[in-house]
Amino acid sequence: MSTPYQSYRTGDPLADTKAPEGPIAERWKRRRFEAKLVNPANRRKHTVIVVGTGLAGGSAGATLAEAGYHVVQFCYQDSPRRAHSVAAQGGINAAKNYRNDGDSVHRLFYDTVKGGDFRSRESNVHRLAEISTEIIDQCVAQGVPFAREYGGLLDTRSFGGVQVSRTFYARGQTGQQLLLGAYQALSRQIAAGNVEMHPRTEMLDLIVIDGRARGIVARDLLTGRIDTYFADAVVLATGGYGNVFYLSTNAKNSNATAVWRAHRRGAYFANPCFTQIHPTCIPRSGDHQSKLTLMSESLRNDGRIWVPKAAGDDRAPQDIPEDERDYYLERIYPSFGNLVPRDIASRAAKNVCDEGRGVGPGGQGVYLDFADAIARMGRAAVEEKYGNLFEMYARITAEDPYTRPMRIYPAIHYTMGGLWVDYDLMTTVPGLFAIGEANFSDHGANRLGASALMQGLADGYFVLPATLGDYLARHPHEDVDPDHPAVHDAVFAVTDRLYALLSNNGDRTPDSFHRELGELMWDECGMSRTEEGLRKALERIPELRAEFWQRIRVPGSGEALNQSLEKANRVADHLELAELMCLDALHRSESCGGHFREESRTADGEAARKDEEFCYAAAWEFTGVGEAPVLHKEALHFEYVHPTQRSYT
Amino acid sequence: MNLTLRIWRQPDASADGEMRTYEVADISPDMSFLEMLDTLNETLIERGEEPVAFDHDCREGICGACGMVINGQAHGPERTTTCQLHMRHFADGDTIDIEPWRAAAFPVVRDLVVDRSAFDRVIGAGGYITAPTGAAPEAHATPVPKPAADAAFTHAECIGCGACVAACPNGSAMLFTSAKVNHLNVLPQGAPERESRVLGMVDQMDAEGFGGCTLTGECATACPKGIPMPSIAAMNREYLRAAAKR
Amino acid sequence: MTMATVTRTPGSQRPGPRPPVRPRGGFLRTLWGSTIGKKTVMAVSGLLMLAYLLVHMFANLKVFFGPEEMNGYAHWLRTLGEPLLRHGWFLWIARAVLLAAVVLHGVSAYQLSRRDIAARPVTYRHQRRQASYATRTMRWGGIILALFIVWHILDLTTGTVNPRGQEGHPYENIVAGFQNWYANVIYIVAMLAVGLHIRHGFWSAAQTLGVTRPGAARVLKAGANVLALAITAGFLSVPIGVMTGVVK
Repeated sequence: MSTPYQSYRTGDPLADTKAPEGPIAERWKRRRFEAKLVNPANRRKHTVIVVGTGLAGGSAGATLAEAGYHVVQFCYQDSPRRAHSVAAQGGINAAKNYRNDGDSVHRLFYDTVKGGDFRSRESNVHRLAEISTEIIDQCVAQGVPFAREYGGLLDTRSFGGVQVSRTFYARGQTGQQLLLGAYQALSRQIAAGNVEMHPRTEMLDLIVIDGRARGIVARDLLTGRIDTYFADAVVLATGGYGNVFYLSTNAKNSNATAVWRAHRRGAYFANPCFTQIHPTCIPRSGDHQSKLTLMSESLRNDGRIWVPKAAGDDRAPQDIPEDERDYYLERIYPSFGNLVPRDIASRAAKNVCDEGRGVGPGGQGVYLDFADAIARMGRAAVEEKYGNLFEMYARITAEDPYTRPMRIYPAIHYTMGGLWVDYDLMTTVPGLFAIGEANFSDHGANRLGASALMQGLADGYFVLPATLGDYLARHPHEDVDPDHPAVHDAVFAVTDRLYALLSNNGDRTPDSFHRELGELMWDECGMSRTEEGLRKALERIPELRAEFWQRIRVPGSGEALNQSLEKANRVADHLELAELMCLDALHRSESCGGHFREESRTADGEAARKDEEFCYAAAWEFTGVGEAPVLHKEALHFEYVHPTQRSYT
Repeated sequence: MNLTLRIWRQPDASADGEMRTYEVADISPDMSFLEMLDTLNETLIERGEEPVAFDHDCREGICGACGMVINGQAHGPERTTTCQLHMRHFADGDTIDIEPWRAAAFPVVRDLVVDRSAFDRVIGAGGYITAPTGAAPEAHATPVPKPAADAAFTHAECIGCGACVAACPNGSAMLFTSAKVNHLNVLPQGAPERESRVLGMVDQMDAEGFGGCTLTGECATACPKGIPMPSIAAMNREYLRAAAKR
Repeated sequence: MTMATVTRTPGSQRPGPRPPVRPRGGFLRTLWGSTIGKKTVMAVSGLLMLAYLLVHMFANLKVFFGPEEMNGYAHWLRTLGEPLLRHGWFLWIARAVLLAAVVLHGVSAYQLSRRDIAARPVTYRHQRRQASYATRTMRWGGIILALFIVWHILDLTTGTVNPRGQEGHPYENIVAGFQNWYANVIYIVAMLAVGLHIRHGFWSAAQTLGVTRPGAARVLKAGANVLALAITAGFLSVPIGVMTGVVK
């Protein structure tokens, strides 16, 4: 095989040594049985650090503390309740089959593997599907107010084009309600003294001693104190890295620092180019735009997407006659129309905008028109179904979606890539675990709707507490020497970097670099990628990084709350991670899931996967900033769901 | 549009603060209030001054991180979070006063950032249902009547932003506390801890130094999530019931 | 490099105050120890005083039916409960209950107000008018009423400051008392204050005692207005009667 780009080396293949064998439905059971246990009386002696308090981190912290471990937990927000899981709208999948519509663990497993475009592990996905039902039980017991029917039983809806109704929801705030459930369980453990909670404290480095993760270096964001925390295991539940693109649906302060620092300390980073674009977001209104807001995908059920046929047509939408409109999704994909999957809808929008037919400020938008739906169903029915979304849209744009078509545009939403983990969710650094969006494990190249919440809670409530115990049982507790050279090394790495940021009296703000990086990444490593564009980005990113360290300006001191310093430190990591994303995207010269390479298309222009060449997870090993990383391939095997090419025309 | 901002600046918790005046130019009416502050901060950094510190995160009105008192109103003139307030609700030439939440239980940390950890401790004092992972019965084992489920949801919508405390002339956290008490106490799953929950949370709320409720209704008017005022009366009843059983 | 201090710290979360540990079983102690409990005390004592005021106002109207009616009623009050109670005992029991209500109401109000003021140590620079007039005047109204109660007892119970002050002749004392312009002013101001106080207090007490039935708020607010109006008008009719010469 010829390597398309020479700036990396291919290392030894990687295998998931923890993956159990046997029939797929038996594997998780078997793994749990084979896991060594920690005597309940000894658990108190084990300290576990959990970084992040979202669905994964919050549920893990609470569960580990309930089991008797001493948990030390961190979040950068002022309260664990604010982690960005809170913003998830749609719902959570579970194979309960309450509708008697033919759903089953196996069907959820099948849908998820297929939805991930055959780039995930069968064993992991099956486990996820099995656990999905327990999650619903757990959340109901905690008082999560899921939607119910008049009989008092749980309501479900269908989501993301699957043929069964398996999505449990709490109006449009499912993420918030699930997070509050985990947060409340965590709060109980904090009050009981079992979890030592550090809000407004950000992990800035990982401490690795004798090859094992033994602690972290963290900065108290209020006082600026740099402290070290030691533990028997470290769990990263720090979310995804979508903010590399600057504009995304992520929270403003979501960042990749924890995973990137862990990567620099030896944890492999898998499939960084697998990012998900959500097709229905509110377009940016100008250069001041600081983040993007998602509108539920359900709008595509009744709205029709169109742009003017002629480029540069700047008439108001109501002045454009029917025969001068191009309902491009209905035209190109007559059988699926406006309901094609996320990645296809997103790329089509980008294509028409690239042709100069986009609408709204900057031509970065397409119309999502409800005129036909209102004529067909009546305004009241539309209001009943989508009222809160229309209200949100009107609040942000000051346009009335009942009388004027909405404008939508795709935006970065989720990152399937993340730290490489084995079946036990442990990274390549023993004792370092990654859960939730921070790992790469379950979604392959594309995540299905309502599956992120499922995975975060599966990891935190059920998988990690079982597998972490095995690790701890095999590594008896021993104290960390606070004067170990590795500790000092990590602390100095952190302080040197902060000092460099603070003392560099440059002329550019952290945001100005972040915006520039984001635009570059969106153009070259966004919805569609080309070899030429990626090579361009790979040239530009190191230049931008050098410029960052020459021209960055961070006012204030390191000994107080300094939000510019926090921002600059995160942008510095984004500038390194972005390069790996582009490299990964360049090396994977196939199209699969959220990764679309212009060069790899079928005859009718659709994404073409290359299974013979790329049926593997790409796990990257760090060798130094700007140095060629080492690629370790973990081959993927499909015994139960056989790869097929998607077609929606 | 061009605006004059008078913003509370305070270097840290122990220092004195003051209102300082800034001019911002070329503000787009489509900007959110926080994006308007972003532009101010970019200018401040370029001038070598320290930017205005304020809490924010999701910027979609759900995380509850942001919050400032704008012209004397918590979250400003619209009933929403500060991040979802847009500049089109202001006019060219306006002077806007921006202050942090003010309450003894929410000490100012810096500029517009306050410490709301008292809320977390109120939740820790009983704002949960004890359901250790793995011990849950099948979800359909206990049906929940739809009205109870809907009532629980209405109260569960609270985002913990603290606008109720900021708006209350007594700095009272009754609306926040009652939202969680009612969310959990109306559900059958919450029944076993019904009494200890309300007693524990109210005791913690008092210990944090929040004021009492004089039913002015300012909290419910300011609440971006529309937690209703009768929530407080319902908690009072739960409290009296629990105290009588104690 | 001064920025780094390498230490192992035991948790940076503000530990926060702990609520007092209270023994189980004490309903009253639980109530007195919490803000909601003290509000309950205020609500119950307030409603008790409100009931008293209603009776008092109703009885005052007897002044329009002449001295015999009024003085006879005053005499009857002293005989109430006989022969189970001795002469005058009922009145003393009623006075004791009312005194307890006033003291509990006042002490709770004082303690809660201090707490409320302490909970907002720094006020907003940008002040905005809030809430209704009655809501905002509860504290001042309460102080005015407390002072008035003292004056009122000295005037018509002990007769100390009454120009006539003859025991057993309330009718004559009332007529004599309202000959002074300042007595009228004091009385009218106090009765307007009592109206405002009831207007917010009645609705507030219902909320404190946990009335949440849908639609109750509207009924309660209307009820509060009617009560406030009736009590104020009823009480004010007496000095107006005296001033206009209807009552002589």
